Amino acid sequence: MKVSVQREDFDAGAEMRALSRDPKVGAVASFVGVVREVAMTLEHYPGMTQKALERIVEEAKCRWQVMDCTVIHRYGELAPTDQIVLVVVASAHRGDAFAACEFIMDYLKTQAPFWKKEAAGWVEARAADDEAAGRWNGLPGTRKLG
Amino acid sequence: MKVKVLYFAALREQLGTPGEEIELPAGIGTVAALRSHLRGRGGAWELALAETKLVRMAVNQDMAPPAAALKPGDEVAFFPPVTGG
Repeated sequence: MKVSVQREDFDAGAEMRALSRDPKVGAVASFVGVVREVAMTLEHYPGMTQKALERIVEEAKCRWQVMDCTVIHRYGELAPTDQIVLVVVASAHRGDAFAACEFIMDYLKTQAPFWKKEAAGWVEARAADDEAAGRWNGLPGTRKLG
Repeated sequence: MKVKVLYFAALREQLGTPGEEIELPAGIGTVAALRSHLRGRGGAWELALAETKLVRMAVNQDMAPPAAALKPGDEVAFFPPVTGG
């Protein structure tokens, strides 16, 4: 498992290849969040971000068969087309990999202490993000081992 | 008891400070009580921490509900709903 909160850019391809090396891995799902249209500054709560992301990954591991996982989230000044966040999940089968990847992104959006500021001001949180995270409540996940 | 309080993003700007150490008066033992205590300073504090404002809270770097208990030395953070990802 790798969780990194960093200013620097990342190589999504290299991170995905790194999670494909175990011969038991049959599926690697990934998500890359990219700055859309407007430049921004991402502020975070340094003492908490790493811990919050690790907690989200642990929760995903309880719900699905996650063989390995990488989460990278950037902070600082970002320009349009810059990568912001990467989630990579390796599993034996695609169902677990897709679900865990989406779950981690949905929870990250509501639980990880990052805030976006654009020239026009602070970006407001969206109710749709709370709804996206909420739909996982009460779902046991799909534990299909083997 | 003494606690460390941190403010982030829009809240930090509205309050004009990234954080402070506060000696809490007796009887203030939860995050909600601390928020109400800070609101009592009036002005920007009253506005930014108003009951109607969506403010998220964390105690020792974990998201915390308003009823979360405080103990000496805790790090309490107040911030707007998060917008990362």
